[in-house]
Amino acid sequence: MEIPYTVEVRRDTGLTNGKIGIWLFLASEVMLFGALFASYILIRTGSPTWPRGDSILNVPLATFNTIVLISSSVTMVMAWASLKRNRFGTFRIYLGSTVLLGGVFLVVKYFEYSHKFENGLFPSTNNFLALYFTLTGLHMLHVIGGMVVNAYFWGPGAKLWKTNPEWFANRVENSGLFWHFVDLVWIFLFPTLYLL
Amino acid sequence: MTSTDHAVDHAADIDRHVKIYVTVFVALMALTIITVAISRLHLPVPEAVTIALIVAVIKGSLVACFFMHLISEKKLIYAVLALTVAFFVALLFLPTLTHFNGFWIHG
Repeated sequence: MEIPYTVEVRRDTGLTNGKIGIWLFLASEVMLFGALFASYILIRTGSPTWPRGDSILNVPLATFNTIVLISSSVTMVMAWASLKRNRFGTFRIYLGSTVLLGGVFLVVKYFEYSHKFENGLFPSTNNFLALYFTLTGLHMLHVIGGMVVNAYFWGPGAKLWKTNPEWFANRVENSGLFWHFVDLVWIFLFPTLYLL
Repeated sequence: MTSTDHAVDHAADIDRHVKIYVTVFVALMALTIITVAISRLHLPVPEAVTIALIVAVIKGSLVACFFMHLISEKKLIYAVLALTVAFFVALLFLPTLTHFNGFWIHG
């Protein structure tokens, strides 16, 4: 049985099923991160003292990671635009770059985490670090998830381009929506944890 | 696909989109540098939080509007997001209720 409304839009929603599906998923993600941000506000405002992020965390590394993630969002949207321009080779370069930039983000995060652990700073050390590891850890899992999906569309999933290019472009667009969301979360995490 | 989608998919339109993506990218980079620069001023916490949040909201809006194409999306998606924003705001304000000894917290 064929999956309905992958290319053709539904009359009632005006959207493909994949598009509405990914937005509903992102809405649930907003609530997930929203709950954690609310916890951050509660714990921070309830605490008599609170450290400035830059006294514990490495701001230059995080700034570099912010630039990496924003760049990856641009390469992601350019990958989709390449498909719309019928340039499959360019699409592969952009999507491959997106996955690689995601990898760079994780490597930097690995160094940040190891440095903390070497200095005896763990989630159990204090509330600030508990929030830092929970929020960045959950975000990192999202980066890994996005990389897996994008790597699939770069590799085996790209076969669909030959048989149904519009459906493939829609899939890449939806995967891009998730990736941009991951970037968006980081845009808020970076000042919240590192700069304030 | 609708006729609108076809119009958007037109090659010239995609070229226009690409120019916008590059402009947004430059704006995001500039705003990142501004955020870090402001944090170095070591402003008092309320001012620092306000400014950092304003810059983050501008950056987030740029990503959502242009990279996620929310600037020209279908009504249903706006409806889903409006509902999400309402619940999200409620969620963020829940902690502040604890400061008022609210009846729903302390019976």
